[in-house]
Amino acid sequence: MTTLTLGGALNAGLRRSLAGDDKVVLLGEDIGTLGGVFRITDGLKAEFGAHRVVDTPLSEAGIVGTAVGLAYRGYRPVVEIQFDGFIYPGFDQIVAQVAKLHYRSHGNVRMPITIRVPFGGGIGAAEHHSESPEAYFAHTAGLRVVACSDAADAYVMIQQAIASDDPVLFFEPKRRYHVKGEVDETASLADAKPMGVASVVASGTDVTLVTYGALVQTARDAATAAREDGVSIEVIDLRSLSPMDLSTVAASVRRTGRLVITHEAGQQVGLGAEIAASITERCFEFLEAAPVRITGHDIPYPPAKLERHHLPDLDRILDGVDRVLGRPNSLSGVEA
Amino acid sequence: MTPSDRHATGLLTRPDEFVQLITPTGERRSDPELDPWVADIDTDALSALHRDMVVVRRLDTEATALQRQGQLGLWPPLSGQEAAQIGSARALREDDFAFSSYREHAVAWVRGVGPADLLRVWRGAAASGWNPYEHGMAVPQIIIGAQALHATGWAMGARWDDTDAAAVAYFGDGATSEGDVNEALVFAASFDAPVVFFCQNNQWAISEPVGLQSRQPLARRADGFGIPGVRVDGNDVLAVMATTRIALDRARRGEGPTFIEAVTYRMGPHTTADDPKRYRGEDELAEWRGRDPIARVAALLAASGADVAAVEREAGEEADRMAADLRTAITSIADPEPLSVFDHVYAEPHAHLDRQREHYTRYLGQFDDAAGAAAPARGGSR
Repeated sequence: MTTLTLGGALNAGLRRSLAGDDKVVLLGEDIGTLGGVFRITDGLKAEFGAHRVVDTPLSEAGIVGTAVGLAYRGYRPVVEIQFDGFIYPGFDQIVAQVAKLHYRSHGNVRMPITIRVPFGGGIGAAEHHSESPEAYFAHTAGLRVVACSDAADAYVMIQQAIASDDPVLFFEPKRRYHVKGEVDETASLADAKPMGVASVVASGTDVTLVTYGALVQTARDAATAAREDGVSIEVIDLRSLSPMDLSTVAASVRRTGRLVITHEAGQQVGLGAEIAASITERCFEFLEAAPVRITGHDIPYPPAKLERHHLPDLDRILDGVDRVLGRPNSLSGVEA
Repeated sequence: MTPSDRHATGLLTRPDEFVQLITPTGERRSDPELDPWVADIDTDALSALHRDMVVVRRLDTEATALQRQGQLGLWPPLSGQEAAQIGSARALREDDFAFSSYREHAVAWVRGVGPADLLRVWRGAAASGWNPYEHGMAVPQIIIGAQALHATGWAMGARWDDTDAAAVAYFGDGATSEGDVNEALVFAASFDAPVVFFCQNNQWAISEPVGLQSRQPLARRADGFGIPGVRVDGNDVLAVMATTRIALDRARRGEGPTFIEAVTYRMGPHTTADDPKRYRGEDELAEWRGRDPIARVAALLAASGADVAAVEREAGEEADRMAADLRTAITSIADPEPLSVFDHVYAEPHAHLDRQREHYTRYLGQFDDAAGAAAPARGGSR
C-alpha cells in the first residue's frame, strides 16, 4: 500500500494507463508543461512526451471533437476539462458525437474517450468553478458517468474508465484532491470492483444514505454523528451515475426502509429524483417514509461567501435523516 | 503524383484567385501551377470523370424520385456539385479518410459505398449506411461543421502514427460560421495536421445566401488561421482535382492543412422537404445552369476530338444500371427488428439499458406478432 492524495492517485492511474497502452493520449488545457491547474497530470508530459500528453488550444469543443477523430483512428483519448463550468462549449461534441457515434455507426466506431471533470464546490472559487453538471450527462444515452470519492477508487476507476470501450464522464471531487488515502498500486485491475458497482462505505440499519463524490465523506461523518444519537445510517457511495447500481441501493432500503439522497447539484430533475423514483418503484412496500433529497438549491452556484448556504453539510443531511425517521426536523408541521 | 515545389509559394498564397482549368464553355485553360497535377488525365481519364459525374447525377435524380414515391423519407440532393465531389474524392488515396456532411453522396459512391448503403439512412431504416473502416469514410454528419474537428483529430493521429495518410473534411459555406469549423482550423494549424478542409460553397445554406455567412471570399478566412487558402471553380472537375491533389501532397509532406473553397451551386433544394422558390429566383438558376460541370467536360472532350457520343452513351448506360440498382436496392432494405433500437448504445453491458430492453421485450411478447404490429392481447384502442 502507498499513501497518496486523491489527486496523486489519479496521477498514478493516468501514468499506469499511459505506460500500458500506446494509444492512450491525454488532451487538455495546461495539462502538459504546467501539469494541469490541479497538477493531476504533473510530470506526465516529461515522462511520455508531447504527443502523449498534449497541451491544446483553449477550446473545449476542439478538445472533445479532435478526441472523436483520434478515437476514429483507434486512440483512447483522455480529455481534461479544466473546471466543471467550462464543459458547456464542448457539450455538443459530447452529447451529439461522443455519446452517439457507437450507436450511429452500428457499433463499428468505438468512442473509448474519458472526459475528466473536476467538479463540485467548497473551495471558495470564482463563478463557473464549482458546478455539478453530472445530471446532463447521466441523462444522455451512450455515456457512462462516474464519480470517485477517495484515493483508492480514484486510482482504480480512472484506469477502468480509460480501459472502457464506452465514453466515460469522469467526475473528480476537486475539494478532496488533497485528501490522502491508501492505494494498492500493485493490484490487478482485473480483480478490482467493477466501475458500475456501488460501495457500501458504512453499514447501518435505520436509514440508507446515498451520495457520491465529495459528499461521501460528509455522509460518513453524518453517520458517525448519528450513531452517537442512536441512529444507524448505511452510507452508499454510488460511484457510477450511469448506470446507477440501484440493486445495491434497493437491497439496503429493503433492510432500512428509509432513504435519503444527497448531492451538491440542484434538486430539480436531478439524480436524486431518479434514485427516489427508481427505489420507490422497486421497494415501495418496504418504505417506511417517503425518500428525502438533501441537495444544492436550484440556483446558479452562489458567490464563495454564500456557498455554505448552498452545499449540503452534515447538519442538513441529519435534518433529512430526522425527516425520514419522523423525528422533529426543520419541516415538522409543514405540509408537503 | 507529379512533384512540384511551387505550391508553397504560388497558388496557395492567393486566396482571391479563382482557379479554373475548364471554362463553362469547355475551353481548356492553361495554368502552369495546376497543369502538372492533372498531367495524367488524358482523354480516357477525363471521360471516366465525365462518366462519374453522369452516374452520380442519376443517383441524385433517382433518389429524389424514390423520395417522391414514398420510398425514402428524405433526400438531400447533390445536383450541381458533381465536379466538386468527384474531383476531390478521386484525388483521395484508399488509406485517406473522408469526414463528410449529409450531401456527399458522390464522395461515398467514389469510396465504394453501394446503392442500398447509400439509401438506407434516408429510408429511415438505419442510423448509418456503412462501416466507416470499409470505405475510409466516416458516418455522415448532420450537425453542421462538427466533422471538421473529427477530421482534424484523425489527422493529428495520422501524424503521430507516422503515416502519410490524410483526412479531408467536407462541409458547406454555412458551416464556416460554426465554432467547430473555426476551432478545427485552429487545431489543424497548431498541430500541422494533415487535413484538407474542403468547403463546397454552394451559395445557399437552406434559405440563407453565403453573403450572410461571410463578407469576403471564404478562402480568405484561412489566412487568419495561418493556413493556405485557395478558391477553385467547384464546377470544374479538373481544377478541383488538381487543387485537392496539391493540398493532399502538402498534407503528406508534413506541411499541414489546406483550405479549399470550391465555388459551386446547389441546383436543387436543400432537401426534398425544401422549396427554394421561396428564396431564390429562376434567373440565378439559369445562370448556374450555364456553368454546368458535366456539359463543360463534354464540350472539352468534343473539342479534343474524342467520340463524345460514345462517351455519353456509355456514361448513360452506366447511369441506367445505377438507377436500376437503386430501385432494386430500395426493396432489399428490410425494416429493422424492433428490439434493435437498443443495439450499440453502449459497447459494453449497461445495467439500466439492459433492464429497459428486458422490460420492452416482455411488453412486445404480449403481442401475437413479434414485430408489434398486431393488437395487444387485451385489445383496446392502442
